[in-house]
Amino acid sequence: MSARFAPGDRVAVRRAYPPGHVRTPWFVRGRSGVVEQAMGAYANPEELAYGRPGQPPVPLYRVRFDQRALWPDYAGAPGDTAVVDLYEHWLEPSEETR
Amino acid sequence: MSHAHDHPHDDGHRHPFQPDLEDAPFAYHQVLAQAVGDVLVAKGVFTAEDLRRQIEAIDAAEPARGARLVARAWIDGGFRERLLRDVNAAAAELGVDAGGIPIRAVANEPGVHNLIVCTLCSCYPRLLIGLPPDWYKSRAYRSRAIREPRAVLAEFGTAIPDDIEVRVHDSTADLRYMVLPLRPEGTEGWDETRLAGLVTRDSMIGVALPRVPAAA
Repeated sequence: MSARFAPGDRVAVRRAYPPGHVRTPWFVRGRSGVVEQAMGAYANPEELAYGRPGQPPVPLYRVRFDQRALWPDYAGAPGDTAVVDLYEHWLEPSEETR
Repeated sequence: MSHAHDHPHDDGHRHPFQPDLEDAPFAYHQVLAQAVGDVLVAKGVFTAEDLRRQIEAIDAAEPARGARLVARAWIDGGFRERLLRDVNAAAAELGVDAGGIPIRAVANEPGVHNLIVCTLCSCYPRLLIGLPPDWYKSRAYRSRAIREPRAVLAEFGTAIPDDIEVRVHDSTADLRYMVLPLRPEGTEGWDETRLAGLVTRDSMIGVALPRVPAAA
């Protein structure tokens, strides 16, 4: 499976709340950030958790968020960021600008 | 009844006892792990001695292995590049087995301080920096390191100026992380072994900076 996104692409995390063993933290759902790095593809952990093979592998990205986009009342410095590992099926292209 | 000290006990005063390990009920997964281990030994898949040896090996992994990689990266620019590209392969160059899970090193820069957390559980590069400290697995660290990293850093005694970006890495998936700290000033001409002595576990998690060399 070839990677759909490239470093620098602006992406939004799906605002979805499926049950199960999901590796996407709640605090990034519905938020948008920038792809920092594509890390190759890995077996889908949401499938592996139920003893299934997790195929085909899903591209994994490191996505960078402004902390103030994650936490409206963020009390640190304005330039602070968080980088979260996210699988491709959780990401959509985003037009939103910084 | 023997007793290590001699203050009077006739006033109804009692010490609270520290609970023994077995005083808490065994959790489901503790029972499961014990049972699976027993079955595998009973079936001869491995021996009790193999199991004990493996536990000992895991417990023996220590931060010194990661510190060697950091020190080498400080004195060898080519190694630094290879470490930032592929930690597991760079570790193998030094004869260090970093395991099969890909580890990524994130480099501190003059304008960036990196901090590692796994908000979902407790992912950690054990083979390079040993067993995680209890606080790394605590709900308090996992929730606060991402939500208010500067407050957490301050509680570890680490003050990062506001013009330096604090970048928190959430290890939620198939990667593990370690921080490559900045080489402390005043270490010019130091060899790898001496430099490695400055690199602590906490500096590779990012809650602290490397030790500062004592003033001459």
